[in-house]
Amino acid sequence: MLTIQHVYKTFNQGTVNEKKVISNLNLHLAPGDFATIIGGNGAGKSTMLNLIAGVFPCDNVAGSSILLDGVNVTRQPEYKRAQLLGRVFQDPMMGTAADMEIQENLAMAYRRGKRRSLRWGITKQEKRIFHEKLKTLGLGLETCMTMKVGLLSGGQRQALTLLMATLKQPKLLLLDEHTAALDPKTAQNILSLTDEIVTRESLTALMVTHNMRDAIRYGNRLIMMNEGKIILDISGEDKKRLSVEDLLEKFGSASGSELVNDRMLLN
Amino acid sequence: MSFLLSIPGAIAQGILWSIMTLGVYLTFRLLNFADMTVDGSFATGGAIAAVAIIRGIDPLLALLLALLVGAVCGAATGFLNTELGIPALLSGILTEIALYSVNIHILGGPNVSLLNVGTVFTRVTSALGCSATVANVLIGLICTAVAVVVMYWFFGTEIGCAIRATGNNEYMVRAFGVNTKSMTMIGLILSNAFVAFSGGLVAESQGYADVGMGIGTIVIGLASLIIGEVLFGSRFNFAYKLCSVVVGSVIYRIIIAAVLYFGLPASDLKLLTAIIVAIALAVPTLMKRIPGKATVLDEQKTPVSK
Repeated sequence: MLTIQHVYKTFNQGTVNEKKVISNLNLHLAPGDFATIIGGNGAGKSTMLNLIAGVFPCDNVAGSSILLDGVNVTRQPEYKRAQLLGRVFQDPMMGTAADMEIQENLAMAYRRGKRRSLRWGITKQEKRIFHEKLKTLGLGLETCMTMKVGLLSGGQRQALTLLMATLKQPKLLLLDEHTAALDPKTAQNILSLTDEIVTRESLTALMVTHNMRDAIRYGNRLIMMNEGKIILDISGEDKKRLSVEDLLEKFGSASGSELVNDRMLLN
Repeated sequence: MSFLLSIPGAIAQGILWSIMTLGVYLTFRLLNFADMTVDGSFATGGAIAAVAIIRGIDPLLALLLALLVGAVCGAATGFLNTELGIPALLSGILTEIALYSVNIHILGGPNVSLLNVGTVFTRVTSALGCSATVANVLIGLICTAVAVVVMYWFFGTEIGCAIRATGNNEYMVRAFGVNTKSMTMIGLILSNAFVAFSGGLVAESQGYADVGMGIGTIVIGLASLIIGEVLFGSRFNFAYKLCSVVVGSVIYRIIIAAVLYFGLPASDLKLLTAIIVAIALAVPTLMKRIPGKATVLDEQKTPVSK
């Protein structure tokens, strides 16, 4: 579903602030793979997701390529790749338009990857669909579909963003620490909702997290990154048997350093 | 008494200028783009309409011509901003200042008089036998109604929704497959078409086009817009907001007529307008500094908890 080959990303190239964030990244996801990604600060986790989404282009290196569902998107702009991708961001404010109604936000999402025309922006039939979909969140949002999204809490907005990202089934769902800005209880709710949606729709997904237990609990694959490279890729039964201690130890032996990240250890 | 006599004229002015205000509302509020182009495109609209009429083009067609040229002005700013990556404010200023020279070329001098030439307004006065003010109000209302309907329809369509969303949250809109550059472009084109059309109407109504007629247009637009918002709030639906913009434009003209009546020199009007806008824009910030009010505002902003 996703194939990344020999991808590099350098920020501020040719300046004193030059920083290699991703170097020779290779990754293949089979359809239905739900991979969690962990790694220290600056490991390149978010950068990898942004490269897949096309927020910025990867370095112009011969042989670099990003394939999504067989389509070479390496040089495609962000808005074109959007038809293949569903995305949920760390900041709950980023995934929705605050001054627009819940149903208008959903209508935007419902047209992901479609050419916008002068047809009416939201139809009666769509409103019925949105009503049913909102019910599945169990937050009561279906009763206030004309409410402005800005009035929702962070957790509600993130749940809505998740629904919007998967409203039109994406080829790949990108979750960039989408529960990091939420309180622990809400974060767990959103995570189980994520798992439910990914399983129900059998989506292919990449989820960045700082929480090692979550990384072990969810998904069928675990990817550990360090200094712009994938240093560990565990799947299937091996992943199910992992413990937090194993991860810390594996990180030490694979990277030659300790996994120093307060947020990860505290979680 | 003479103040009351000046009110109908002020209302007529307000209505003619309200189409410009709708254009400013489009960029400033919906697209979140402070577009300075309007200072230039308003005068360009006036210049195009006036020169077209002088050259024997039908006054109504002259207005449509102004509208088209206004669209091109918006596209110029859009190109500077989206394709060349020049910041929004500067893109508008560059187009505006360039248009100043262009407008002199169009006019062939600092101004063009429409004295003794037929305009859409003289047509109505001679056909209905009414006064110039009545003709202004009549034509102004028709054009404004059309503009409001067009905007109401357009911003309900898929493209319109995408433009509103672009003004709200670019990242989200791109993630849902919208080319935000195109949306910014369309918004600027539409806005400046409205502004130039309004300029054309004003030129035909006052009987001349002048290279300086656009100076301060953006500030007048913002003042009208904010007066409308303060008086009518952001209740109800989109149509209500559009109408409040139009009424704001009329009230702005009445305020101007009033201060002129009370002896303010006409040359101080720009200063007054700037002060009105500055105060109106500062109110939200100042409210936060008042201790009692601050909590209320913050509570409103805090999202409803689950």
